[in-house]
Amino acid sequence: MVPVHYYFILSALLFFIGVYGFISRRNLIAMLISVELILNAVEINFAAFNRLLFPGQLEGFFMSLFGIGVAAAETAVAIAIIINVYRNFNSDNVDSIQNMKR
Amino acid sequence: MANLVMFIILAVVILGSAVLCVTTKRIMRAATFLLFVLFGVAGLYFLLDYTYLGAAQIAVYAGGVTMLYVFAIQMVGKRSLQGLVERVKLSRVAFGAILSLVGFLTVVLVLLKNQFMYAACQVADVEVPMKEIGMALVGGDKYQYVLPFEFISVFLLACIIGGLAIARKEEK
Amino acid sequence: MEYSYSIFILLLPLFSFIILGLTGMKMSHKLAGYIGTCSLGIVTILSYLCAFQYFGADRVNDIYPTIVPYNFTWLPLGSLHFDLGILLDPISVVMLIVISTVSLMVHIYSFGYMHGEKGFQRYYAFLSLFTMSMLGLVLATNIFQMYMFWELVGVSSYLLIGFYYPLKPAIAASKKAFIVTRFADMFFLIGILMFGYFTHSFSFNFAGHGAEVIMGEGTTPFIMADYGRAITAGAMIIPTALTLMFIGGAGKSAMFPLHIWLPDAMEGPTPVSALIHAATMVVAGVFQIARMFPLWMAFAPHTLSIVVWVGVFTAFYAAAVACAQSDIKRVLAFSTISQIAFMMVALGVSLPGHGALYDDHTQLGYMAGMFHLFTHAMFKACLFLGAGCIIHAVHSNEMALMGGLRKYMPVTHITFLISCLAIAGIPFFSGFSSKDEIITACFQYSPVVGWIMTGIAAMTAFYMFRLYYGIFWGTENKEAHAHHTPHEAPLSMTIPLIVLCVITVGVGIYSTLGGFLGWEGSFGSFVSASGKDYIIHFDTQIALTSTVIAILSICLATYIYKGESQPIADRLYKTFPKLHRAAYKRFYQDEIWQYVTHRIIFRCVSTPIAWFDRHVVDGTFNFLAWGANEAGESIRPWQSGDVRQYAVWFLTGTVALTLILLCI
Repeated sequence: MVPVHYYFILSALLFFIGVYGFISRRNLIAMLISVELILNAVEINFAAFNRLLFPGQLEGFFMSLFGIGVAAAETAVAIAIIINVYRNFNSDNVDSIQNMKR
Repeated sequence: MANLVMFIILAVVILGSAVLCVTTKRIMRAATFLLFVLFGVAGLYFLLDYTYLGAAQIAVYAGGVTMLYVFAIQMVGKRSLQGLVERVKLSRVAFGAILSLVGFLTVVLVLLKNQFMYAACQVADVEVPMKEIGMALVGGDKYQYVLPFEFISVFLLACIIGGLAIARKEEK
Repeated sequence: MEYSYSIFILLLPLFSFIILGLTGMKMSHKLAGYIGTCSLGIVTILSYLCAFQYFGADRVNDIYPTIVPYNFTWLPLGSLHFDLGILLDPISVVMLIVISTVSLMVHIYSFGYMHGEKGFQRYYAFLSLFTMSMLGLVLATNIFQMYMFWELVGVSSYLLIGFYYPLKPAIAASKKAFIVTRFADMFFLIGILMFGYFTHSFSFNFAGHGAEVIMGEGTTPFIMADYGRAITAGAMIIPTALTLMFIGGAGKSAMFPLHIWLPDAMEGPTPVSALIHAATMVVAGVFQIARMFPLWMAFAPHTLSIVVWVGVFTAFYAAAVACAQSDIKRVLAFSTISQIAFMMVALGVSLPGHGALYDDHTQLGYMAGMFHLFTHAMFKACLFLGAGCIIHAVHSNEMALMGGLRKYMPVTHITFLISCLAIAGIPFFSGFSSKDEIITACFQYSPVVGWIMTGIAAMTAFYMFRLYYGIFWGTENKEAHAHHTPHEAPLSMTIPLIVLCVITVGVGIYSTLGGFLGWEGSFGSFVSASGKDYIIHFDTQIALTSTVIAILSICLATYIYKGESQPIADRLYKTFPKLHRAAYKRFYQDEIWQYVTHRIIFRCVSTPIAWFDRHVVDGTFNFLAWGANEAGESIRPWQSGDVRQYAVWFLTGTVALTLILLCI
């Protein structure tokens, strides 16, 4: 049996790898991919909690399930935005969005 | 024992792919590594006896989302595909690394402070019955999820429409 | 005794002011004039009715009682409270008659004088405001109400002096008047506060005066002043407070050195000069001392010598300057200053004698001062209104352009002559009895003062007749007359002159005969220091001396100034050019004040304070604002629009919070 803290450390590592990717990348799509890593880490966490600590209930399972669904929808909308940004600024860098502030 | 070995293999795959994903300069490769991560995570779900979840992960994530990314990369990153790569600023890399490290250590600290390790119990190697999942998904009782289910369907509709509206080509 | 109508004496002019002030520009000149004059006519009738009723009522303990028909608390402050009300007392009733009569005459006169002026309605509105303020001042039940109306009188004076505000001299004069009197009023206020703080009362019910106070129904009772407390706090407190109040009165009554505003105030219209600066406002200081007289008697009898010497010096100074002025209104202004100084001296020499607190001696000075106030108001107003007629005819104030006007303006000539005789102190004219009694009181106080005042009376006669001859006799100004023959003033302007002259002559005959024959029912039976009936007896020696000196002065003036040319005057002028010049320039008083304020106060006191205000006080707030601005600017880059930076901060915050929560 796999001890529960292994899952936690794995998910924490994955989470922070995703955070590192989000901060250090300039390409918008790359940032989105890092966000996907973060979401996946969280889902592993929920699933592990549920299965190994609270076996009778299903909350964590459904969290992960709905999380998958929401992540897919959010990815779709984010890519639509990125396409719009690309059309207007002709660039896929996150620096180009800064100008919208003015 | 077998579980542990399986877990370690999957962990190596996941973490290795993740690290490569965030450090590669070419986005197409990042998308590919993301695919590997997703497959690994699905494997983890199978290991946890959540077969339904694993199936959903492969179907939605690995299948749908990754395709989305590939299409988006094709549409947006023309210059990157042609070999112009993203230059990574070293200061930013260092900063990100430090921050991630600090965050990770914090999480480990939390973990150590709480005594999760001793609460784990042995579970039978039996997967959750499908009927139970189905009943919970569309049931209206206290711990059942018909409301989020309906809500997420509306939510997906809204996202579809929103995505279409944003990405529509303007009529000249 | 029903005096409830007395509130209308105050309310009618107030309403007239409000109506004329708000709607005056929409009505015609005539209507505005009628409204003002009619409301004042009613006030005059009510004042006479009040006087008739008051003096006709019975005395209590041989003294006319003090009646307070209205008194309500306006501002309660712990144990002190500021009241507003009406107090009827012999001196306030006499002042009521004076103010309302002169004001009515001025209202009628202004119909003719201000005819065709722009702002006619505004003029009548301000006249009503002034009348209301002056009436409120004399009817005040406590010193604080008097101060309030004192300030209102100052405001009305400012508005009326600056009536011709498009002209620079008028603006300068009105500002000067207001600032000088306001400066003096600062001392007045300090005196009031000191008095109120130590004695815990502002009300005019002085213990030991003997008059019974009859309060009306529903009035707030007077608080008895706690003199014992003031005396234990310090023996000089009440005298100091009274002296400070006197300084305030000196400013309003144009005593030296605060007199500088009065000659310049002649920039206002002449009827205004007649009303405010001859008959009513400038006597406010005298009235104040008369009102506070029991206190002066009881606590500060020797401080009255300050009043005496200030009065004596002012009278002499003003008379000297008046001898050299060429503008007829300035001559009259300095004459007013001199006469008010007479009244102040009269009140000041009323020291208690060896007997009771109020014996014959104090009675004389007090009564003489108030009587002179009454008679002076009448004949000085007549003189000013006459001067107005002359200015109206000749279109100038300078004596050089006048001369030989007696052929053209008979009514003005006769009334002016009568008033000059009155001010010179000729028997059977009202000025004789009042001035004579003042001089008698001075002799009783000290022979030095008596002879000085007699000398000043001689100077008064001299310069007044210099003025008279300069206007009505002497060479005519033929070129000016060729263009525009001077004509007699219209009826609306001559009738007030005649009325005032009749009063002067009537009072004069009655008081002269009464003084020599010892009649009862003269002025002394109405107003006196102790309140009891005072029968006036002339001291024959002094009366004779003063009459002879007056006639001699008139003869001297006739000799010098009557003829077609004035050789003696010219020779005197050539012999003493510097003295004449100094007198003409009012002995450089204005220059001295300018020097003190500009060089000393502005440069040494005001400029550092202004620097402090601009750099330190403003600087502090500017610095705070600068700091806030800088803080904002430094935070601004946080809103960079850079998504990754937001994520960084978000994560940092979360980690920090977690660590903090972990470690607690």
